[in-house]
Amino acid sequence: MTATTLSAADLTTGRGSLAQFLNDVWVLTKRSIARIRREPETLSEVTIQPVMFVLMFAYVFGGAIAIPGGGNYHEYLIGGMLGMSLAQTAPGTAVAVVSDMSTGLIDRFRSLPMSRAAVLTARTIADLLTQVIGAAVVAGVGLAIGWRVHTGPGDVIEAFALALLFGYAFTWAGVCLGMVLRSPEAAQQTGFIIFLPLTFISSAFVPTQGMPGWLQPIAEWNPMSSLAAACRQLFGNPNPAALVDAWPAQHAELAVVCWSLAMLAVFAPLAVHLYRNKGR
Amino acid sequence: MSETPAIEAEGLVKHYGKTKALDGLDLTVGPRTVYGLLGPNGAGKTTAVRVLATLLRPDGGRAWVDGHDVVAEAAVVRRTIGLTGQYAALDEYLTGRSNLVMIGRLSRLTTRAATRRADELLERFGLAEAATRAVKTYSGGMRRRLDLAASLIGHPSVLFLDEPTTGLDPTARALMWDIVRELVADGTTLLLTTQYLDEADQLADRIAVIDGGRVIAEGTPTELKVSVGGQRALLTLAEAGDAAVAVKALQPFAAGTIVPNGSASGHGGRLLEVPVIATDGLATEILRALDAAGVRVSDIAVRSASLDDVFRTLTGHAAEEAGEDDDQAELAEEAAV
Repeated sequence: MTATTLSAADLTTGRGSLAQFLNDVWVLTKRSIARIRREPETLSEVTIQPVMFVLMFAYVFGGAIAIPGGGNYHEYLIGGMLGMSLAQTAPGTAVAVVSDMSTGLIDRFRSLPMSRAAVLTARTIADLLTQVIGAAVVAGVGLAIGWRVHTGPGDVIEAFALALLFGYAFTWAGVCLGMVLRSPEAAQQTGFIIFLPLTFISSAFVPTQGMPGWLQPIAEWNPMSSLAAACRQLFGNPNPAALVDAWPAQHAELAVVCWSLAMLAVFAPLAVHLYRNKGR
Repeated sequence: MSETPAIEAEGLVKHYGKTKALDGLDLTVGPRTVYGLLGPNGAGKTTAVRVLATLLRPDGGRAWVDGHDVVAEAAVVRRTIGLTGQYAALDEYLTGRSNLVMIGRLSRLTTRAATRRADELLERFGLAEAATRAVKTYSGGMRRRLDLAASLIGHPSVLFLDEPTTGLDPTARALMWDIVRELVADGTTLLLTTQYLDEADQLADRIAVIDGGRVIAEGTPTELKVSVGGQRALLTLAEAGDAAVAVKALQPFAAGTIVPNGSASGHGGRLLEVPVIATDGLATEILRALDAAGVRVSDIAVRSASLDDVFRTLTGHAAEEAGEDDDQAELAEEAAV
């Protein structure tokens, strides 16, 4: 075979381990983005789904939901939709991880002299990019149904930054789910069972004040409620959580940061640990 | 010679629940050779490759690739090896070329070097025209070739090929064989697993026959054939009822166990296979002995032993039929992966 030989200039081994990690993450993130470009329908969960949810809640349930403290339900809805549309990408992450793990590709990655954490990190970064698209879609359809921001650009940026931090933390939970489950179908099902109550037993769509007394503390401490309250507050939208005497309702922004960092601290190392020991 | 073996394994053990996939496997593979691991499904071939390629941690024993411990120095070993598994390890949605460049970049090549090497391999493996198509449009043979190219992109000195031709049609198989022969000419050490005897016979310098997670015979293809008796006398009796008498009469000629060989071919116990040392007039002497015992013979042939005979003699079953235990081992293996 007319194999060219390698010289030192052809290798990246001389670089530091951080540079190698970033190289590997970049190479693999490009892989995921190429997949999206070839099959744009994989984006439906952050494009078509949020639009459907916003329209259904705004026009079907909206009229029946009273907001304590008053205000427009369409304006109330968007803060909650933002959290839901980002967190619900986690089951998709789990499915992608299970699919990857079930092909020989992951074995090949694990036999290469590459960073162990890069495969999963690249997955979460690609998913973060889809979440940015999801956030833009929610904002766009929100504007179309009459949602308005009544604060400055700084507050709006903070709201989206919090939402993406929150979504990114959920992505790592999705990775863990994908590492422990065996089939894409199981990942889809389990994701649905976990994320549906997580979204609905919160103030994302309905103020907690209308829930039974025993359910209210659960909903108030649900991270989804904190994100919804923080966004409403930062957008200057109706925020009934301000009337609730619970720590996460009163300190919504801080609560979102705490929840997100706590989830990252648990799920990111756990995911890498599971990946390292997969099948060993 | 005191040259470091390319691959060495000492008493490797791996359990999957109650199943022992590896049960004290020993191997020594010299540099720049082709070494065949031959065994039926579930014999432990894939498990052995996964341990040597750092994907699986053994429960017992040790192994080295180029003198580096596959557990303690896994990161070093990964810079030396290439792996082509049973399932094409490719991204279906990327083009053939993007797959190779991606693996090259992850194998610590610069973008420029990875691209150059990818084009070189695509050309060599007859994939240049398909280079810009998504892999999911590729045929089985094309996938295997691209997969092999991917495992070569980082210039490995030790290459593991796990059943490289399983499921391929004869043309694609012959093409893979040609490629493998060229690799060897390049100076790559190759460990190849196969359940096809002719494949091991064609490609390997040395062969280890594996059954039940351990090596039951080792040597060059010729040594192995000689070790089970150089030749075979194949007899078809006129009456199945004469088999027991015939076996007794043939005992003086047998260089090993006489195997009734009729059940699979529908001859109802009329076939006998006798390992023999061929001498002039052997067939005549056999026929005389049987005639004296009152056994009538419809057909007789004397031929050289094949690896198939080696396998059957050593394991008591044919190479391509796996026992129930083997299937369970395979299932346990797949479940654990």
